[in-house]
Amino acid sequence: MSLSDFAPALLNVENPVPDGLVDPKGRPAGRRFDVYRNNVVHSLSEALASAYPVIQKLVGEDFFKSMANVFVRQFPPSSPLMFQFANEFPTFLETFPPVRHLPYLPDVARLERARRQCYSAADADPIDGTVLTGATPEQLMSARLSLHPSLRVVVSIYPIFTIWENNNNDIQKPLPTGGQDILISRPLDTVNMQTLPKGGADFLRALYENKTLAEATDIGSETDGFDLTSNISGLLAAQILIKTTM
Amino acid sequence: MSNTIVKSLVIASSVAAAVAVNTGTVAAQATDKCFGVALAGANDCAAGPGTTCAGTSAVDYQGNAWSKVPAGSCETTKVPGMDADGSERFGSLEALLRDIPA
Repeated sequence: MSLSDFAPALLNVENPVPDGLVDPKGRPAGRRFDVYRNNVVHSLSEALASAYPVIQKLVGEDFFKSMANVFVRQFPPSSPLMFQFANEFPTFLETFPPVRHLPYLPDVARLERARRQCYSAADADPIDGTVLTGATPEQLMSARLSLHPSLRVVVSIYPIFTIWENNNNDIQKPLPTGGQDILISRPLDTVNMQTLPKGGADFLRALYENKTLAEATDIGSETDGFDLTSNISGLLAAQILIKTTM
Repeated sequence: MSNTIVKSLVIASSVAAAVAVNTGTVAAQATDKCFGVALAGANDCAAGPGTTCAGTSAVDYQGNAWSKVPAGSCETTKVPGMDADGSERFGSLEALLRDIPA
């Protein structure tokens, strides 16, 4: 028996039990292998549920379990670091026919994935906005702001932040019309989320790509209703500024 | 006034307004790095040689893996099991030699 027979047979019930598996008395150990096979899939399903708790809540435990059985066979872990497991889940949800009637599901999963990535991202110490107050208007125009490595942004045409909040906290806030863009960050130890103002996602992306404050302002302004003060204010409130270069 | 000057003043006044409502938002870190208390795979960043970042500890209560805990609570956090001399085990503010995977 080789690993190349053993590993695929673990995840594919159609595959025969690998040859040469025997119990302590030398008899074929097919049923023992089935137990093992079941444990592997079960533990991966549990890992999927702990990575995407709100998706589980939205579709229900039974449905989630059946869906997990399909997912973990298609996308087994590619790394021993389990916090990287199931990064494919949002895309999988887009293509899984039984959830086609829940079009917001993939974006909610993207939010959960971003929270998890944010949690295990590198640390950095945030600074407060007073470093900007001594600068001249010209210096501010050409200033580049370095943002925290835990920063993630998820944009959606659905109100995914309120959907997440309602289901994570068992509350019933009315869903706003239109989409929500969300900033996820972990300046210290806790993962924080806040909805972004209009143009905020583009503004942050520009800063993240090391564009100047003036360039980022132009990019943000391409969205109607962009307000620079509330965007900078949101950035400072989220404590994601770690360095300024002027 | 030229457009550039107008723009620079808009940016300057936005920055000033934003900073004014956000003074003192950067809170002090009210946590300690506590070694030897994390479950396998649930540690925070930097578990020592051979690992790179969060979620990489291989055994429960790995002595060189740490978690962030509320400041002051680390050394009173009890973990299951006993040390070789039979004493109870607690978290530590410095890396420990116990439970290091081979």
